[in-house]
Amino acid sequence: MIVTLLISVLIISAIAAALALLLVIAEYFFANYGQCTLTINKEKNVTVEGGSSLLSALASQKIFIPSACGGKGTCGLCKVKVLDGAGPLLPTEEPYLSQEEIKTSFRLSCQVKVRKDLKIEIPEELFNIKQYNCKCEEIRDLIHDIKLFRFRLVEPSDIKYIPGQFMQLLAPAYEKSKEDVYRAYSIASDPADKSIIDFIIRLVPGGICTTYCFNYLKVGDEAKMNGPYGQFRLTDTDAEMIWIAGGSGIAPFVSMLYHMKNTGSRRKTTFYFGANKTKELFLLDEMKQFEQELPNFKFVPVVYKPDENEKWNGETGLVTEAAARNNKNLADTEGCLCGSPGLINASIKVLKELGMKEEKIFYDKFA
Amino acid sequence: MNLTSEFYHALIVCISAIFTQNILLTYFLGLCPFIGSSREIKSAIGLGAAVIFVMTCTCALNWLVYHYVLVPFHLEFFRFIMFIIVIAAFVQFVEMAIDRLSPSLYQRLGVFLPLITVNCAILGAALFMVIRDYGFIVTVGYGLGSGTGWFMAIVLMANIRSRLHNDAIPKGLQGAGITLIIVGIMALAFIGFTGVLAGR
Repeated sequence: MIVTLLISVLIISAIAAALALLLVIAEYFFANYGQCTLTINKEKNVTVEGGSSLLSALASQKIFIPSACGGKGTCGLCKVKVLDGAGPLLPTEEPYLSQEEIKTSFRLSCQVKVRKDLKIEIPEELFNIKQYNCKCEEIRDLIHDIKLFRFRLVEPSDIKYIPGQFMQLLAPAYEKSKEDVYRAYSIASDPADKSIIDFIIRLVPGGICTTYCFNYLKVGDEAKMNGPYGQFRLTDTDAEMIWIAGGSGIAPFVSMLYHMKNTGSRRKTTFYFGANKTKELFLLDEMKQFEQELPNFKFVPVVYKPDENEKWNGETGLVTEAAARNNKNLADTEGCLCGSPGLINASIKVLKELGMKEEKIFYDKFA
Repeated sequence: MNLTSEFYHALIVCISAIFTQNILLTYFLGLCPFIGSSREIKSAIGLGAAVIFVMTCTCALNWLVYHYVLVPFHLEFFRFIMFIIVIAAFVQFVEMAIDRLSPSLYQRLGVFLPLITVNCAILGAALFMVIRDYGFIVTVGYGLGSGTGWFMAIVLMANIRSRLHNDAIPKGLQGAGITLIIVGIMALAFIGFTGVLAGR
């Protein structure tokens, strides 16, 4: 009996070990791609260890491609033009690429494996993306589920970004999440103050990063973020603008307002900001300040359903209804939107009905 | 038994495994990837081809392991664990090998190979070959036939499902529900093959 037990354990272990050894040897021979050279934008050459994904190979060279899912192939943000050496398009990439992008050889960098020398093209501005070590300097309650988090950059100590762009904040592993997670938040600070990054974050029930920020992050804690990312920004024209946002979607506009103040902008701008109740409005003093400093800026808070016993003589109803009430013809106006997909889709519909051209509507949709 | 009759037997077993004793439609093994991946014809073909390949190879490998390792040491009761380990290691090995040697084949099969490790039809085939006491050549034929039978079933199902796209299916039955009903009907249809071959 005992002999049988011993023999069986021995045999099984021996076979398992033999198979494992075989796999290790196979991995050594097969998965060893050696050094590969990445040619970036025809001029820059970097040498990386082959075998990993293009996204992580670039990250190892401190070139950060935007990715919200962390390389799982689910967000579709890490698109990179691969001119040569990527092999055929994978079924995992197809859903995230348009026909146009496939033709111009765009790929998802998290799915492309570096097997040989690659020729790739990356937008110049991505070289500006860095990893920042910073310190949480202030946490300010705005309303019951929205807070403003201020971070001071430590290393590197200053950042250059375009108002409207976002950063990816790291939520390190904690009780509710086993791994490091990056989440994207719009920058809400004054671009002139290069060592400060503000985020305006709404607590998402069950959200990994927002829960971390609200319940675990304390003033004085160290934090990590990378960026800046994103194409959402003010245009260079003088055209009149309509902004629409709800909740924490106010964030990029705060940064834009600082920028307009710094540059003495006289652009005619109306900012429709939606909330359910009057007590869900915030940053009202700051907005009043901006209205005084910017000659053509107007802040229009819209409360969906004010309580009956309180005095509210501003706009009521949906924020899109308020925009529709106050505007007749928006053919020459530009639109900037930030908020939930529902808000953005509804706003695009209303703005188009008012004559705004689709290519003049810019938005930052919360994923 | 001489070699010729052994090959003849293998051929019979192979054909019978495709039609009369189809591993999916008669034994309902490997149903999970069958339902999951039969939405598109392209992926059904990829998965089916990978199953044919892996099933043939692992049946042969497992036959060798069973008859040359487990039987001499009287460890037949360990075959479940042993077969699973062999299948998992083999799939890993093959994945690495074709990733390196034939990237284009890897693109076609690559996504499906790891899925197959947990396909119970693969283990099922290996266990049947033991229960039925097949010889080595017959086992290879049986693995090939079972794989081909599974391939045929999933490709047929993918074709049927692609035709269902525009049909109004009751909400509660959409997806897996209607697929299970169709598998049932297909299985009934395949009973028609019984008696064509008395393959054992």
